[in-house]
Amino acid sequence: MAQHFHRSMNTVAKVSIFGAVFIIGFGAWLLLEINRSSNVTNVGLALPQPVQFSHQHHVAGLGIECRYCHTSVENSAFANVPPISTCMNCHQQIWFGAPMLEPVRVSWKSGQALEWNRVHNLGDYVYFNHGIHVQKGIGCVSCHGRVDQMQLIYKDQPHTMEWCLNCHRNPAQYIRPRDQVFNMTWKPEDIGETQASLGARLVKEYNIESPRKLTSCSTCHH
Amino acid sequence: MTDHSARSSVSPMPTTPQPEPAHWRGIERLLADPEAQAALVEAFPRQASLLGDALDRRHFLKIMGASFGLAGLTACSAYPDDGKIVPYVKAPEEIVPGKPLFYASTFSMGEQVIGVLVESHMGRPTKIEGNPDHPASLGATDALTQAALLTLYDPDRSQTTRYYGDARPYEMFLRDLRKALDRHRADQGAGLRILTETVVSPALGFQLQRVLAAFPKAKWVQYEPCGRNLARAGAKLAFGRYVASQYRFEAADVVVALDADFLAAGPGHVRYAQDFSRRRRARFGQDATKQMSRLYMVECTLTSTGTVADHRIAVRPSELIEIANAIAVGLGIATGRPAQPPAAHAKFVETVVKDLQAHAGKSLFLVGDYQPAALHFLAHAINAKLGNVGQTLFYTDTPEVAPTDQEAEFRQLVAEMHAGAVETLIILGGNPAYTAPADVDFAGGLQKVKLAAHLSLYFDETSAHCHWHIPASHFLECWGDARAHDGTVSVQQPLIAPLYRETKSPLELLAAFLEEFNQSSEEIVRNFWQRNLAQLKSGKAFTPSVSGPVRIGRNAVGLQDEFEKQWRRTLHDGYLAGSAFTPVEVQLTGALAEAMATLPKPAPSGFEVVFRPDPMIYDGRFANNGWLQETPKPRSKLTWDNAVIVSPRTGAELGVVRKHDTEPYPVVEVEVGGRRVRGAALIVPGHPDNTLTMHLGYGRERAGSVGNGAGFNANLLRTAENLWMASGAKVSQTGETTRLACTQMHWEIEAAGAFRRRQLVREATLTEYLSDPQFARTEFDDPKARKLTLFEPPDDYTQGYAWGMVVDLNVCTGCQACVVACTAENNIPIVGKAEVLREREMHWIRIDQYYAGDPNDPNLALHLQPVMCQHCEMAPCELVCPVAATTHSPEGINEMTYNRCVGTKYCANNCPYKVRRFNFLHYSDYDTPVLKLGRNPDVTVRTRGVMEKCTYCIQRINAARIEAEKEDRRILDGEVITACQAVCPTQAIIFGDINDPNSQVAQLRKEPTNYGLLAELNVRPRTTYLAKVRNVHPDLVPARQAASSHSGHGGPSGDNHPDNSTPATTTGSHASGH
Repeated sequence: MAQHFHRSMNTVAKVSIFGAVFIIGFGAWLLLEINRSSNVTNVGLALPQPVQFSHQHHVAGLGIECRYCHTSVENSAFANVPPISTCMNCHQQIWFGAPMLEPVRVSWKSGQALEWNRVHNLGDYVYFNHGIHVQKGIGCVSCHGRVDQMQLIYKDQPHTMEWCLNCHRNPAQYIRPRDQVFNMTWKPEDIGETQASLGARLVKEYNIESPRKLTSCSTCHH
Repeated sequence: MTDHSARSSVSPMPTTPQPEPAHWRGIERLLADPEAQAALVEAFPRQASLLGDALDRRHFLKIMGASFGLAGLTACSAYPDDGKIVPYVKAPEEIVPGKPLFYASTFSMGEQVIGVLVESHMGRPTKIEGNPDHPASLGATDALTQAALLTLYDPDRSQTTRYYGDARPYEMFLRDLRKALDRHRADQGAGLRILTETVVSPALGFQLQRVLAAFPKAKWVQYEPCGRNLARAGAKLAFGRYVASQYRFEAADVVVALDADFLAAGPGHVRYAQDFSRRRRARFGQDATKQMSRLYMVECTLTSTGTVADHRIAVRPSELIEIANAIAVGLGIATGRPAQPPAAHAKFVETVVKDLQAHAGKSLFLVGDYQPAALHFLAHAINAKLGNVGQTLFYTDTPEVAPTDQEAEFRQLVAEMHAGAVETLIILGGNPAYTAPADVDFAGGLQKVKLAAHLSLYFDETSAHCHWHIPASHFLECWGDARAHDGTVSVQQPLIAPLYRETKSPLELLAAFLEEFNQSSEEIVRNFWQRNLAQLKSGKAFTPSVSGPVRIGRNAVGLQDEFEKQWRRTLHDGYLAGSAFTPVEVQLTGALAEAMATLPKPAPSGFEVVFRPDPMIYDGRFANNGWLQETPKPRSKLTWDNAVIVSPRTGAELGVVRKHDTEPYPVVEVEVGGRRVRGAALIVPGHPDNTLTMHLGYGRERAGSVGNGAGFNANLLRTAENLWMASGAKVSQTGETTRLACTQMHWEIEAAGAFRRRQLVREATLTEYLSDPQFARTEFDDPKARKLTLFEPPDDYTQGYAWGMVVDLNVCTGCQACVVACTAENNIPIVGKAEVLREREMHWIRIDQYYAGDPNDPNLALHLQPVMCQHCEMAPCELVCPVAATTHSPEGINEMTYNRCVGTKYCANNCPYKVRRFNFLHYSDYDTPVLKLGRNPDVTVRTRGVMEKCTYCIQRINAARIEAEKEDRRILDGEVITACQAVCPTQAIIFGDINDPNSQVAQLRKEPTNYGLLAELNVRPRTTYLAKVRNVHPDLVPARQAASSHSGHGGPSGDNHPDNSTPATTTGSHASGH
């Protein structure tokens, strides 16, 4: 009986079945790496905003502390974007009439809120609470990067679940004293310690939960 | 008295010859129709109904292909779009974004007033809780109050003023009104009528009095279709004046209720439920247990209170009258009627009389709000004779501003309308064109009115017949006040500015009559309170003087400050301290016999009919409320419909028995006094024989998209003589069938075998409990006897928090408040009737109802059991999830991660309690903008293909934990209250940390009656139950024992035989066990 398949197909079959494992593995790895890339996570992408508000100028230049504007960061789940009245606290007098601040003035007078483009966002099924992180000694810079050096805000960290778990599995790696949470330039060396020893100490002192509790699903998903 | 039970030659429902399980749910399952059983029992009978309307494969692929094609495109966009952040322009001072605020307000529905705390997220009310400080409710709410939130966000709500149905500006209505009022000024308002529902708001009452003072010949008529008119009339007959009764259930040892559903309906029922349940808890070693109260219930329809009663008999309305009379005669009251109780209940009557006499001064005799006025008179006489007045019952002024005979006044108004004597009719709320009885042609009368305007939430049946329709503000959008059943006055403050600019509150509308157009409802309420604060606190009802200016000048400084303090305190607390009524002295008039002579005599043949407001839809006002339509009604477990409810025996006589519980329901036609309606016949065990129950509120045509077309309109049968009861009804088969979404058989815990079935709800009598407190325990409930298992949980649950819950079966009344509260808290979608028919309703908590005894016995035992996710430590659902979407937290919560779930449904398959709910379709409404406002932002809104279930309100646990961690302390007991726990009027659900030895839940778990559901499966549920203890009277053997002729198993509560000295245990065969 004539063979349907040429003898070379035997080799092809063997090679492709053996190679399929590697091909599929490579494909999966590729997908995962793509998902981690800044193309998907938007790390480093500064979004245009209705007003070109510069954190670098206000924080590094003028020395305004984070909490002057982001008032609810210690108490609430959101670190709120400040109301226009906060901007006008200064800009009723400073840079009064500057064309760059026109949208702010228009918003203030008309009562129509300014719509900022959101840079940091988590899925609707994730319940992140700023307050507890700030109160337990996670610095702003750990998640948001050097905001005091950003002209326009961009994402400094991918904020993927993998990235969050990285800390939740080992909070000692990132924890810092409570009074240094808002300090962008702080290092453990500043107080003569290493992160390892400091971390271990602070985790106990601040009653940080065990990694098992921190990584249980209902901590963030409910 | 014709004995209907003897008349028919049709045999009652056949019972299976095998030993029946003690607790059963489905009457059709008990039928011995082996063919039906065999054919369908294996093949997922409920799914069999899908075969008829199957989607064929080609069509299915077409649909899927289309949605598949569109699915990928949303990810592509020029810029990453994470949305916008929109901050305030000027931030309100109190709001911290992300933290909810709670404001006190008041919910009034006719004569029922409940103080509430409303949770507000960023200015949007998202959940209604009870106000624990309000004396009239003490923190409880009921299903209707919980669901009232959804009405605020109902997209079908009326948004604009209408003239003959066309949108017009409100100013045009004002112009028309002004012209009419100018005419009326000339004749002092002779043709002006204002129709409202019962007014319990002092401020609104005052406004109305002012309007009447301006137009002396005008009339204000109140009509509350399902109000307490008969109770009021009874009080008037008894005492010559209108009084309200205030009950002290915690002081009553014996309560006898004749059709009085005091635990679930009527003003004050949430408070009464709490007070009553305080005497019903069986706690080991406490004297209170030995002094458990006893409840006798005589019902002529389905009530929630009946399920809690120690002794319940279900009788025809005419028999109820005789029983009431017999009890009164037995107590020595001259009623002018000879005592002729039905023979079957003579013993019951005798025992009741004996018990009441033994507890004179510590008892209560109640008559339901829809019983004839003469019976209310009788109840007053009985309570007076027993010396209950001043002990368990006292009389006060009525919370209604102007108590009257509403039925008579309403009829007179309609007569005047037909005679053309009414020129202007303003209707504030209500829906009289729909709710009026059939012999009152309100809609027809409207044709003769020159200017008819209706203020209401929806453009309903009445608005369609009026010239003008004005959209009403919801109670969460406007100011007002209310007087609760006990006299406590509280302010209703809005939580959100009106969603639709044009809506008006009744106060604002009435201000137009007085030419005070610029007064907001806040000003009106404030000014009224400022002038009358002292009298509001006087403990008496009062009629404020209408003369003099209403506005207090701003220069009256001292007065302002003091009042300001009081006002702010009242707004903060949610009620005015010290405003409850003080008791009044009343004297019984001697006219009892006269009144009793007016009681109707039943027709010699035919069925008796009972009309009642629907337990969920009430008089029809909630017909468009999806939460309430979908919540199973207590006792009948029906959703999305009303039915002609009959008992099993009557159902067999009528030939409406279905062979299997997946068959459609026969439609019958009921004829009363020449009027006919058609409805599906629903057989509910425990319903009285030869009686039909029909619930009002259905059959509406202008309810909105949710409520239109549901059920049939029972108002068409009601007339002045047949308002709440009728007799001589004829029922005939129509040959048609329809489907009813009844949830009685849904989510059945598969308990094959008599042994397992009896273990689900365990109960005993008080005597049995006292002699053997461990009656509910089996070897599986002993924690030390835990079986060996291959896989121990990885966590050490003895450290940290361990969340657990206890449900006290002794006090659950089946009111379904927990079901609605859970729906509101957790963004649970409604699925509609078609999906409920497929057992796909999404309620995370359900109340299972079991019967015990002979189905033909109307007095059979009823058992309720709320079931939600048991959070098993060895959860069968967690093992089988292929993607680990359901895991176990180290604190014992069985977690559900919606974004991970792929919809295998294996977990639901494996759950022995059947508590998991799957989103088969995209039930959540993602599109309608106004519905998004009311969602709880702390809970994910699930899409199709995702499994969900009770989470022990993990969002509340997390919020409490975060607060506690910030303050470096432990979560205190009582800091986390689940939604179901918060709402339950009888506090049947207790949640907390079982590792905290002082927590309530840990104490309750130590009770000997504490047991786990299906504990023998070794799943180690964290939710446990406290077995039921019934305080039966030794003289009364439960009727099921006397009536049933077959072998023994009256069920575990067996007062098996009066001379049985061995205490009954849960399983007859295990009597020697432990």
